[in-house]
Amino acid sequence: MASIEARGLRKAFGATIALDGINLRVEEGRILGLIGPNGAGKTTALNAFLGLTPYQGELNVLGRNPWTERDQLMRDVCFIADVAVLPRWIRVSQALDYVAGVHPRFDRAKAEGFLAKTDIRPASKVRELSKGMVTQLHLALVMAIDAKLLVLDEPTLGLDILYRKQFYDSLLNDYFDRSRTIVVTTHQVEEVQHVLTDLMFINRGRIVLACSMEEFESHYLEVTVHPEHVAAARALKPIRERQVLGRSILLFDLTRDRVDHQQLAPLGDLRTPSIADLFIAVMGNQAGQAQGAPR
Amino acid sequence: MNSQSNAMPDSRRDSQTNGPQVSAPAVISATRRMCWSVRRELWENRSIYLAPLAVAALILAGFLIGIVHLPEKLRAASALDAMHRQASVEEPYTFAALLLMFTTFVVGVFYCLDALYGERRERSVLFWKSLPVSDLTTVFSKASIPFVVLPLVTFAITVATQALMLLLGSARLAGTGLNLWSRISFGQMSLLLLYHLVAVHALWWAPLWGWLLLASAWSRRAPFLWATLPLLAAGLVERIAFNTSHFAGWLAYRFMGSPEGHAGSGDPMTMAAITPANPAQFLSSPGLWFGLAVAAVFLAAAIRLRRYRGPI
Repeated sequence: MASIEARGLRKAFGATIALDGINLRVEEGRILGLIGPNGAGKTTALNAFLGLTPYQGELNVLGRNPWTERDQLMRDVCFIADVAVLPRWIRVSQALDYVAGVHPRFDRAKAEGFLAKTDIRPASKVRELSKGMVTQLHLALVMAIDAKLLVLDEPTLGLDILYRKQFYDSLLNDYFDRSRTIVVTTHQVEEVQHVLTDLMFINRGRIVLACSMEEFESHYLEVTVHPEHVAAARALKPIRERQVLGRSILLFDLTRDRVDHQQLAPLGDLRTPSIADLFIAVMGNQAGQAQGAPR
Repeated sequence: MNSQSNAMPDSRRDSQTNGPQVSAPAVISATRRMCWSVRRELWENRSIYLAPLAVAALILAGFLIGIVHLPEKLRAASALDAMHRQASVEEPYTFAALLLMFTTFVVGVFYCLDALYGERRERSVLFWKSLPVSDLTTVFSKASIPFVVLPLVTFAITVATQALMLLLGSARLAGTGLNLWSRISFGQMSLLLLYHLVAVHALWWAPLWGWLLLASAWSRRAPFLWATLPLLAAGLVERIAFNTSHFAGWLAYRFMGSPEGHAGSGDPMTMAAITPANPAQFLSSPGLWFGLAVAAVFLAAAIRLRRYRGPI
């Protein structure tokens, strides 16, 4: 069953088109990374999934229309936004009380268990907590909710490395099971590479790449080319070339360029590229095409 | 390090119980969500009860200082005619009630202006909207503060303050042969106060509360200006275009005056004077029902705006 299904999802703010007819389908039990530059439409897409913004086109989240049924939908959906959104005046204990009071799927004991592992005191107010602690608190609240879909919009923005690492670790170890779906946007691509099951690049309101991580690993290959083979490697039409410490690193799209491991192996060292490198290659090519296009 | 080993069995147990939970989710009634939402408002806005409590403390302090002259004042009042005597004896109690009502009125105005604006400004609206609470419940819980909570708080604190004043007064009068309780009908005073709070503060001023909540839901900045300037502009346009001031007159009639109070201008200030004389007449007056209808429209608009408006 699909957790999220969108057909022709459009959203414009005045003359700016934030979402330009997106089609997507996120199956249950997947962890989808939505990657894109600033202003690409990631947050707008998430807001549409969560019923926070009206849209055009068809959108179905857990079988519901998010815009008209937000409150019912939120029984099965959890959400952490790009910036700390917990009210600054609330006490930790009050936040627990309130969520327990209004959320049928909230397990208070579980949230308290998560909080016990942190330095967060129940009597503290959110404004007294550090940014990392606020995120920990929000994560504890969210992970204690037995939701089917978790939406994370830049959840680790502004956190130090320790908190960031911990965030994804607890998410995977303590929360994720195959029946839940997670959609995450982030600029810290390298952190989520090992977490994701699916990958989606979005730019200027359009999906420019969508694949599973298995496909990603079998479709793309990065070759650190031996100097003497550079010309031969270039002839195979890499989608991107970069120089690191005087050596050329070429990125190949195995499906598009009709090259394979056997051709590339003699040219240098092979490895799976990072999402970040592929992202730069795909976005760079997009920008090139846009500039080269006749006006 | 033990976090993982502790947590893994938890999540396994969860996935096993997932099935039955999905088919029969725990149900939280709308009433319970409403109650928690109102409670949430009280956590955030402690001035709802702290401000009147502080004012009550001030009133009691002032009363304690002035209590020295109470016997002379009561003797002087005996010389007056019945109506003025009653007013003179009740004056400090009426004054306390008016001051407390004014306090909670001001609290109510500022509360309403911030209610649907503050959560967007501090972006916590994203957190509140991530919980299964509808915009209707949220706006109703916020509206319940000026419509229900503030009148009740005003009533409770005023009655408690007046009771304390009466006790203190009686203690001062002990041995003077004067009696306060025979001159003041405490029960009647409290009943009149409750009636006044419901009739005027909750019902007659309903369009004011609705308007302020709407301004709060609407504005991206300066909700106070959004609440006041359009009214000022409407009055000005009318003045310039038609050289009349019906709108200003209507506003004044609605908020400064009282609905069909039975006092003339020369009469002393008593609770009775600022309260609609006849409940039946008040409840059947078209002005009341028109105001309630306007308030309902404002609230409906505020609910709709809460759905559309995101963080600022």
